[in-house]
Amino acid sequence: MRNEIADVLKSRGADYIEIRIEENQASRLVYRGTRLEEVGRTSSLGGNVRALVKGGWGFVSFNNTHNLKDSVRLAIKAAELTGKEDFRLSPTEPVVDVVAVPEKGPPVSLASKKQLLDEYNDIILSTPEIRTSNIGYSDGQKKTIFASSEGTYIEQTRADINLRLTAIAAKNGEVQQVGLSIGSLGDFSAVQDLHGKVEDLSQRAVALLSATQAKGGEYTVVLDPVLAGVFAHEAFGHLSEADHVYENQKLREIMVLGRKFGDKHLDIVDGAAVPGLRGSYKYDDEGVPATKTYLIREGVLESRLHSRETAAKMGEKTTGNARAINYSFPPIVRMTNTYIEPKTLSFKDVISGIKEGIYARDWYGGTTSLEMFTFSAGEAYMIRKGKVEELLRPVVLSGNVFETLGNIDAVGNDLEMNQGGGCGKRGQTPLPVSNGSPHIRISRCLVGGG
Amino acid sequence: MEEILSQAKKIAEHAEVFQVSSIITPVNFEANRLKEIQAKQSTSSALRLIKGGRMGFAQANGFIEPKKLVEMAEETCRFGAEAKFRFPGPQAYRKTNVFDSKVENLTVESMVQSGERLIAAVIERSPFIVCEAAVTKGIITVDIANSAGCSASYSKSYFNIGLEGVLIENEDMLFVGDSRSSCHPITDHKSLAEDVIQQLDLAKKRASLPTKQMPVIFTPRGVASALISPLISAFNGKTVFYGASPLRDKLGIQVFDKNFSLYDDATLSYQVGSYPCDDEGVAGQRTPLVEHGVVSHFIYDLQTAALAKTHSTGNGDRRGGMPAPSPSSLVIYAGDADFNSMVKDIKEGLLVDILIGAEQGNILNGDFSGNVLLGFKIEKGEITGRVKDTMVAGNVYQLLRQIVAIGKDSRWVEGFLLTPSLYCTGLSVAAKAG
Repeated sequence: MRNEIADVLKSRGADYIEIRIEENQASRLVYRGTRLEEVGRTSSLGGNVRALVKGGWGFVSFNNTHNLKDSVRLAIKAAELTGKEDFRLSPTEPVVDVVAVPEKGPPVSLASKKQLLDEYNDIILSTPEIRTSNIGYSDGQKKTIFASSEGTYIEQTRADINLRLTAIAAKNGEVQQVGLSIGSLGDFSAVQDLHGKVEDLSQRAVALLSATQAKGGEYTVVLDPVLAGVFAHEAFGHLSEADHVYENQKLREIMVLGRKFGDKHLDIVDGAAVPGLRGSYKYDDEGVPATKTYLIREGVLESRLHSRETAAKMGEKTTGNARAINYSFPPIVRMTNTYIEPKTLSFKDVISGIKEGIYARDWYGGTTSLEMFTFSAGEAYMIRKGKVEELLRPVVLSGNVFETLGNIDAVGNDLEMNQGGGCGKRGQTPLPVSNGSPHIRISRCLVGGG
Repeated sequence: MEEILSQAKKIAEHAEVFQVSSIITPVNFEANRLKEIQAKQSTSSALRLIKGGRMGFAQANGFIEPKKLVEMAEETCRFGAEAKFRFPGPQAYRKTNVFDSKVENLTVESMVQSGERLIAAVIERSPFIVCEAAVTKGIITVDIANSAGCSASYSKSYFNIGLEGVLIENEDMLFVGDSRSSCHPITDHKSLAEDVIQQLDLAKKRASLPTKQMPVIFTPRGVASALISPLISAFNGKTVFYGASPLRDKLGIQVFDKNFSLYDDATLSYQVGSYPCDDEGVAGQRTPLVEHGVVSHFIYDLQTAALAKTHSTGNGDRRGGMPAPSPSSLVIYAGDADFNSMVKDIKEGLLVDILIGAEQGNILNGDFSGNVLLGFKIEKGEITGRVKDTMVAGNVYQLLRQIVAIGKDSRWVEGFLLTPSLYCTGLSVAAKAG
């Protein structure tokens, strides 16, 4: 295969050509209520060719890996039709490397996976007033060959595990749910020993049935590390992706490096080079080495996330953030591990002094339009006179990137990374990422409610 | 396909093979210019086995030895769910028009031209807007065969054209956009451009709303972004069977306004959501979900229907896994209200076009809560300007229990929902103070 790839990469007519071949083995278990509803395995083999001609891209994806030559020809033809300007990708050193997945303990049998999930499911379903449960578990291992006309040849193997547990309580026509998401880079122990947490979430789902709804409006909110991580991802991470910015002159002016977004205590980082997390890797899907990038340092916009194309167009350095969810998509600028760095305040420092506010924990979801973003808490409580008080129905919080980051007025000391998330962008979802933060406090945060 | 089925039959009591192959050609525009042309070819084979009464499943994307696929599926049988249904036997499907060879024959050059014209039409009215656009065509071929003798095969063509524009002034971002889908090629870019231009015109002025409950008109896009996710969840036979749908004991009961009717319809000609048979070989059909406010049916695949002791409604859908109930096309019946007369009726209210984050609430309970990405203030019967920094929250069942008026302005949204505008009361609005 390697020789064949090297051979077709010599094709003429393009400024740049890359080829990716991918093999993937995955398994999945899905429970609903008492039933293990689905047990399945998936095996994939496919690839793609991307060609660049005068700044225009041609992209061809396929399952049949025996016609590389034709695919290259088609990709070049599509790129020729598209490109109209002189353009060069940001330079990167050609790399030849083989990256194996680190050993994460012995392989786990389907029977053991089922045994563990059965235990969790039993805990949920044996909780009084729980109506039903949803459990989705998936794991996979992917081997990618990446080669480019510039001489790069990289083989990378990557493993991923994801578990989502949901407890659903119902009474008098009301339905409430609480979920928990966990993930890892293939380490099964990350999803073990969650029995206490599962019991806790089941009881919380039941408690929500009698919880009150927050009144909509502006509040001082305190976010726990998990939700604050989602906040960092939605509120700022996406706007840091240079592909949103690079061809929009006005946005480039707004997002000029050196602009102040928050107070001195605010540092936001993204980096696949931060080891051992779900968004970690050695090379991105353009063969660029991973880095750790300060998006915001001491409240000031310091840099942003790039592909080779966006870096070239903006005259900035590549960061190794071009990722494709699988072979049927071209790589685009994505986050990896995104977090707010910890400072000195304890949780008590963060909430003391709040007369009336909301303590929002855990995540349910989040989305952004770049300027406006929403993120929803899995769990929320009223804060009164510096104390966490009664449980509330889940709340959806919203903000505006140009104001809300500046309204972060306290940053805690208790960084935690959440590995259960998946990120969606341009149809490529869910991409494994992690995000995290210490507890943070935001003044004047908009909360939807009754 | 025959090889997989015949090998599977040797080791299992029942078997089913589902194959899809597709060629999709997206033409993508960025920053008002052509950026990338793609050609995506894919093939996949999924095998479902029933052995010892239990279901096993395996899928291969791309080539796999039939023997290997059968082994993978067999391995999962031991743990699989008990199969409560039988695979359908040979049957004749009603002709459903979902293929137009004109899509196949469409050149990439003409798709480039469509996208360029669409962008040009929008820029002509709004020179500073930065648009992304996509013109996509696809041909999908589905083959299903099972050990009960069912053998189904059909091809579907689809075409989609969409545009998203952002207009930035100081630090304000205005997002506009729309799309059209069909099994036919769409050659008219003008109506799409006009819809986008109308959004731009309405958004020229700004307005602000107080924090309180108020009447609301959801445009067809507003219905899709705020109300439809909780309904899809509630009418899913699986959610119903497991007791997580608020409608689970409401069959035959009036839950919605008497003028509200909702159908699932897989038989509409040249709609991208239509099909002659679902992904299990069950004929596609038109299923009433709400008739004049009364809950009349839920949607099912074979297994869920068998568990619930009813019949599949031809809604078995696969997304890389085992079939599960999923709507084909949803249709909310149009009313007789003129859009302008609904606006005229409101003293102070909100026109919702796009919410973001609405599906993040507790949709099982019908709750939604989202930020108004595109919405307008209605004041004394007039649309007075775009609102921002505004959250809304509501419950679908409360809003649709008493609908003030249903528009006669039905249109397709995102290729899967045909809906008019809906005028409701009692939406909670939370706006940023000053």
